[in-house]
Amino acid sequence: MRWIRAHLVAIAGLLVLSYMLLPNIVVIVFSFNKPKGNYNYEWQRFSLDAWTNPCGTPGICDALGLSLRVGFIATLVSTILGTMVAFAIGRYRFRGRSSTNLLIFLPMATPEVVMGSSLLTLFIAMGIAPGTVTILIAHILFCLSFVVVTVKARIASLDPRLEQAAADLFANPFQAFIRVTLPLVAPGIAAGALLAFSLSFDDYIITNFNASPSSVTFPMFVWGASQRGTPVQINVIGTVMFLAALLLVATGQLISNRRAKTAA
Amino acid sequence: MTEWTSGDLRLTNVTKRYDTFTAVDQLDLVIPRGSFFALLGPSGCGKTTTLRMVAGLDQPTIGQIWIGLKDITETKAYQRNVNTVFQNYALFPHLSIIDNVAFGLRRRKVSDHKAKAMEALELVQLAHIATKKPGQLSGGMQQRVALARAIVNRPDVLLLDEPLGALDLKLRRQMQIELKMIQSEVGITFVHVTHDQEEAMTMADTIAVMNAGRLEQVGDPATLYEHPKSTFVANFLGQSNLLEATVKSRDGSIAELDVHGVSLRLPVDRLENGASAVWLGVRPEKLRLVANGSAPDGTGDSNRLTGVVTDASFTGLATNYLVRLPWGQELMVVQQNDGTSRVAAGAQVTLGWAPEHGFALDAKQDAHAGAQDQADDSGAA
Ligand SMILES: Nc1ncnc2c1ncn2[C@@H]1O[C@H](COP(=O)(O)OP(=O)(O)OP(=O)(O)O)[C@@H](O)[C@H]1O
Ligand SMILES: [Mg+2]
Repeated sequence: MRWIRAHLVAIAGLLVLSYMLLPNIVVIVFSFNKPKGNYNYEWQRFSLDAWTNPCGTPGICDALGLSLRVGFIATLVSTILGTMVAFAIGRYRFRGRSSTNLLIFLPMATPEVVMGSSLLTLFIAMGIAPGTVTILIAHILFCLSFVVVTVKARIASLDPRLEQAAADLFANPFQAFIRVTLPLVAPGIAAGALLAFSLSFDDYIITNFNASPSSVTFPMFVWGASQRGTPVQINVIGTVMFLAALLLVATGQLISNRRAKTAA
Repeated sequence: MTEWTSGDLRLTNVTKRYDTFTAVDQLDLVIPRGSFFALLGPSGCGKTTTLRMVAGLDQPTIGQIWIGLKDITETKAYQRNVNTVFQNYALFPHLSIIDNVAFGLRRRKVSDHKAKAMEALELVQLAHIATKKPGQLSGGMQQRVALARAIVNRPDVLLLDEPLGALDLKLRRQMQIELKMIQSEVGITFVHVTHDQEEAMTMADTIAVMNAGRLEQVGDPATLYEHPKSTFVANFLGQSNLLEATVKSRDGSIAELDVHGVSLRLPVDRLENGASAVWLGVRPEKLRLVANGSAPDGTGDSNRLTGVVTDASFTGLATNYLVRLPWGQELMVVQQNDGTSRVAAGAQVTLGWAPEHGFALDAKQDAHAGAQDQADDSGAA
């Protein structure tokens, strides 16, 4: 009884953690399954078939490739644009600053179905055929807000006196930005980029509205496939993505830990 | 205007307004090259604003700033040969100590920046922590790094904004001595901002006392202390007893003053021409206190007042008395602990002082100006 009381917080934590991680564990376990029919829902027996042939299901690797490409470009563009917007809002007083601030929030608050369908309406009205380009435009759009918000928070916590100290030490505005501001804001930019990539890679609803039959992203492929069956390859790619994310977060943590140790 | 030579820092009519609020008001200053100059004043009087204008981080609303023959008013901060030790150091947290110190040299493309930075770190005795990050250092160490980072550039003027404000008293005293030594070693003009009058007096060659954006008085510490020109300076630098007095007569070099019916003397040259109503000032440690009846003839000084001791507190080095005069005013008296017997509260005493230890101030001023600020500061320090 006393043991339980002493470890209550740890027990609760573990319970929550397993609740959160259970789906991932199921995904990993079932990537080693050899299902009987088309559906990978029941455990049959251990097999490495899917792992040795991850592109074995037609179209899956094309979809993955498209998702990675779209994710990469959307991340790059939205991170660069978003960082610039964040600096503009965070550092300069200009007319329309507060309304810009508000408008940046709008895409985050808009339901995805609404945004997806209105984007499609817009593209069609403009005579742009849905496809990879429209998906990219849409992804950059919604990633942008998240990057702006993340980077802006970092800029707000920056001590303006550091830039003044740089200017005092003969750094012109460009040098001060490159040598002092940017390195200090970098963690915020990195966090924004990671967020943007995962949002882009993950998105189904908006993408689905603005895609064509020839531009199928990974989430669209999974959804489409699940109508007819769930290939084990999906679990393999899911596992790899999960491990990649884990690795990224872990190294990020390690770096910031080391930095905290040398800087705190 | 005052005489000046090349290399001096000059401020002419420098004024800084924020909307309707005037933070710095028509400042005229000449800071001689190579001097240790202190800018002293209570919180909010415009010291930081003045420094920022010299550094180029703020633009004066009107007025010019010169270094030698060069008007630098319009020069950008990064083009001025002026460096600052910021109030909270503002070290770059992502750079190592050596990179912090070499920052300015690198921007100026000095070739042997690493060696020069090391030299500067040696000057502040921190060469052994060159590879650490600012976050790993104590406040005192960070302070020295900030100093090294500025000094290494050998600026025309080094600005220090309350550089010792965040340190505890003991470290502060130690750093005061160190700063003074470093200044005489490198020979750079130091402009040291502080609201600690003791710090200003121990370190500076010249002190400028500021109040509410204006200059009250400029001079060397002894002059400011012995001959304050305003009640603000009299109260802000140390403590002063101010007596309401009217000038009765001027006879040769000595003037007779009437203070509530008592006749007191003061050298004529301490009085403004034609002044009749004045504050007669005398510092607490200049007063000699003698219990009535203990000595044959009171104090032996020519100015005398009698009163009753209302409070006596022993501080070891000295005894601080409060003495109530017949008209109710209380005077502060500091009596060195030189072995003479102490007097208890309630005793009838005579206070005496030599006329040349007195000073006179315009009676139109508030007798308590600067006194409250002083009390606040010593409480915070
Ligand atoms: N950017 C600004 N906008 C408006 N008012 C300002 C600004 N900067 C300073 N002030 C005002 O100018 C006055 C002088 O400020 P300053 O920082 O120079 O004081 P200080 O003498 O350095 O005080 P402290 O000892 O507290 O550092 C203050 O009353 C302050 O409120
Ligand atoms: Mg200040």
